[in-house]
Amino acid sequence: MISFTPTDEQQMLIETVRRYATHNVRPVAHDADEGGAFPADVLQTGWELGILPGNIPEALGGLGETHSAVTGVLAYEELGYGDLSLALHLMSPALMAIPLVLDGTDAQREEFMPLFLEETPPPVTAALIEPRIHFAPDDLKTTATYENGGYLLNGHKVCVPLAEGAQWILVYAWNPDAGQVDGFLVRGDAPGLTVGPREKLMGVRALPTYSLMLDNVRVDAACRLGGEQGIDFRRIQAHSRVALAALGVGVMRGALEYAVDYAKQRVQFGQPIATKQAIAFMLAECAIEIDAARLMVWEAAWKLDQGQDATRESYLAKQYVDQAAVMVTDSAVQTLGGYGYIREYPVERWLRNARGLATFYGLAIV
Amino acid sequence: MPISFEIPERIRQNLQMTEALASGIMRPDARYYDEHEHERPHTFITMTWPVMRDQQKRQLDRMTAQARGEVPEKKREGPGIIYLNMVFTFEMLSWGDVGQMLCMPTALLAGAAIEAVGTPEQKERFLRRFAEGDQPVWGAMAMTEPGAGSDTSAIQTTAVLDPQTNEWILNGEKIFCTNGKLALEESNGIVVVWATVDRSAGRAGMKPFVVEAGTPGVTIEKVEIKHGIRASDTATIVLKDARIPYDNLLGSPEVQRRDTTEGFKGAMATFDASRPLIAASAMGVGRAALEFVKEKLAEEGIEIPYGKPRHALSAVQRDVLEMEAQLRAAWLLTLRAASMLDHGLHNSLEASMAKAKAGKVVTWVTQKAVELLGPRGYSCEWLVEKWMRDAKINDIYEGTGQINLLIVARRILGYSSRELT
Repeated sequence: MISFTPTDEQQMLIETVRRYATHNVRPVAHDADEGGAFPADVLQTGWELGILPGNIPEALGGLGETHSAVTGVLAYEELGYGDLSLALHLMSPALMAIPLVLDGTDAQREEFMPLFLEETPPPVTAALIEPRIHFAPDDLKTTATYENGGYLLNGHKVCVPLAEGAQWILVYAWNPDAGQVDGFLVRGDAPGLTVGPREKLMGVRALPTYSLMLDNVRVDAACRLGGEQGIDFRRIQAHSRVALAALGVGVMRGALEYAVDYAKQRVQFGQPIATKQAIAFMLAECAIEIDAARLMVWEAAWKLDQGQDATRESYLAKQYVDQAAVMVTDSAVQTLGGYGYIREYPVERWLRNARGLATFYGLAIV
Repeated sequence: MPISFEIPERIRQNLQMTEALASGIMRPDARYYDEHEHERPHTFITMTWPVMRDQQKRQLDRMTAQARGEVPEKKREGPGIIYLNMVFTFEMLSWGDVGQMLCMPTALLAGAAIEAVGTPEQKERFLRRFAEGDQPVWGAMAMTEPGAGSDTSAIQTTAVLDPQTNEWILNGEKIFCTNGKLALEESNGIVVVWATVDRSAGRAGMKPFVVEAGTPGVTIEKVEIKHGIRASDTATIVLKDARIPYDNLLGSPEVQRRDTTEGFKGAMATFDASRPLIAASAMGVGRAALEFVKEKLAEEGIEIPYGKPRHALSAVQRDVLEMEAQLRAAWLLTLRAASMLDHGLHNSLEASMAKAKAGKVVTWVTQKAVELLGPRGYSCEWLVEKWMRDAKINDIYEGTGQINLLIVARRILGYSSRELT
C-alpha cells in the first residue's frame, strides 16, 4: 500500500540524527571546511548515535533487526543536512560494513563485524574511484590476478576517504578470472600498498581523502569478499547510489532552508527580496525538486528492501539528485547574491559539496 | 503504515480494465478525434457511462445516508484509496488519449464543488442525474472569463436576486469551460457558474450557482478550436438574464452570507483534489511519449542503459534517461498529493507541487520526444506530435504552472496572498 510515512522508530531516528546535525555538526561545519577536519568529539558523538550497527541485523553481527535501505536513507538525509564531509567521514566504516552485510561469507562477517560494534569508529574504508576522466565503476583498471592461492592487486585509486592509518581497505578491482568486479579486503599496511599525500578537492574539504597505489599487493583468497561467489556489484552500487542520493537531499534541504530565511530578512527596494517573484519562484522550484528527489530516493530504497533489482530506480534517483543538488545549492548562492560568494556564509560551501556528489560516483556505500 | 510504493491490489485490478479500454478503444481512435474536432467519442462515452454512473450512485447514496445520520459502519483497515485509484485511472486513460478522457461523462468539477459546499438537499437534487439512467450526463465548472483567468477574483458575471420571484438573475460571459456544451446542450447536465453578488466585495461577493441544462437565457456561444485535446469540449457560455431558483446558490446559509469568503475557499479547495488528477493526466501523456520513443529507438538498435556514467552515454540516451527521471519525479509527487487526500490531510502545497512539476515535465518530455524522432516525430503518421500538443494544456488549466509556483512559494515562505502577489 503506497504510503509516505516513516515508522515511529524511523521517526525517532530521524529526530535523533537531526538534533545531532543541527546542534553538533552545523555550528562547526564552517571551521571544519576551512581547517580540513571535524573535531574528534563531534565524530565520536556521531558514531555513538549507532546509525551503522543499528542498521545491521543481529544475525549478521549487528545490533538491529533488519538491514533497511529506507531506514538508512532517512538517517543519511539528516546527516547530509548537517554536513556532507561529516556524513561521508562518519559513514566511512559503512563502505566496508554494508558490502559485508550484502555479500560477505559467514567467516568474513565473523571476523570483521565486531569492528563495527566498537565504541570508537573503526579505521576502515573502501577504494573504488580511479584517476581517469572516463572512470566508470564497472570498467576498473585496477586488477586482481589469481596466483598461487591468492590475488595480486595492481592499480591506482583516488578519493579514498580516511586511507591514512586505515586498518582495512576494501579495494574494488577487476577480476579477470571471474569476469567481474570484486572487492578485496586489504590490510592498510600490506606490502606494496602506498597511501599518497592527502588530496585537495573543491569541496568536502573536511573529509580527508587520499590516493592509493597498489603494486603487486598480495592478499589471500579468503580476502575476496563473498568467497568463491564474489560480490553482486550491481546491488552494492544500487545501495551506494541510494545512500549518496539521500545525503544530497539533505544538502539541498539545508541550502533551501537557509535561502528562505535569508530572502525573508534581506530588504532591498524597501521590501524583503522574498516578496519578489524572481526570488520566490526560484525557491519554490527548489522546494519541488527537493521533495521530488526525496521521493525518488525513498522509492529506490524501498525497492532494495523488497529484495528487488533497483538498478534503474537507484540510478535515476542518483542522476536526479546530482543535478538537483547543484541547481538548488546554486540557487541558494544566487539568492544571497554577493554574500553567497563569501566563504563566511555557508551556501558557497554547499555548492562546492553538492558538485562532489556527482563525482563520488559509487564512492560511498553507506 | 511504513513507507511503501506497493500499488494496492484493488488498484492493480482496476488498472487492467482501464488499460484494456485505453489501448483497445482510446488509442486507435485518438487520431480520428484529433482530426475531427468537436465530434464526440461515442464508443468511449458509451463504455464509460455505466461505470461512472454506478460509481457516482454509490458515492451519492453514501453521502445521502451520512446526511441522514445513517453512516454505514464499514470497517476498513487503514485509509481509503479513492484518490489514489483516481490518479492511477486518470494516468492510464490519458495514456490512451487525453482528449477522449476529458469527455468522460461525470459530474467532475461541478460534482467536486457541490460535494465541497452543497447542502444535502442540493447534493441529491443536482447529483442524482449522474447516478441513474441510460443517457450520459456531464457536469462542468464555469469560472474563467475574458478578463478573469488566473485572477479569479476579477470575475464580472453578476447574480442579482429578484425578490418578487425569489430567483437569481445571472448575466455575463464564461469562457474555456471544459464540457460546457456537453453539460448544457448535449445532456441533462449542470454547470457550476461563479458569479458575484457584489462586485465591490471581491472574493466575499463570489458565489457558486448551479445552472441546469435547458435554463432560458443560457447559450453556448462557441466551442474553441484548439492546439490539442481537440476531442475535449471547451465552451463559451453566455448568460443573459438567466433566471435560476434561489436554492441553486450552492452552500449552507453560512457560505451564502455576503461577508464571508467560505464559498470561494470551497471552490479553491476543489483544486486540492483536481490538481493531482491533472498532474496524473499529464503523466499518462508523458509515459505514452516516453514508451513510444524507447520503442522506436530500440527498433534502431538504441537501448537505454541504466548504471553507466553520463560520459559513457550518447546524447540521445541522456535525453531519454532524463525524460524518464523527470517523469518519475513528477509521478511520485502526484502519488503523494493523492495519498494525502486519502489520509484526510491538507494537501494544497503538495497538490500545487505535483501540478507545477507535472505540467512542466510533460511539456518538456513530449517536445523532446518530437525532437528525438526527427521528421517522423513531427509527422502526423505517429501520435507523438499530437501528444506534444495535448501535453501543453497540463501546464495551463487548473492553474498555470506559474500560479501553482506562486502557491508553493507562499507556502514555503509563509506569506499570504497579499504579501506575495
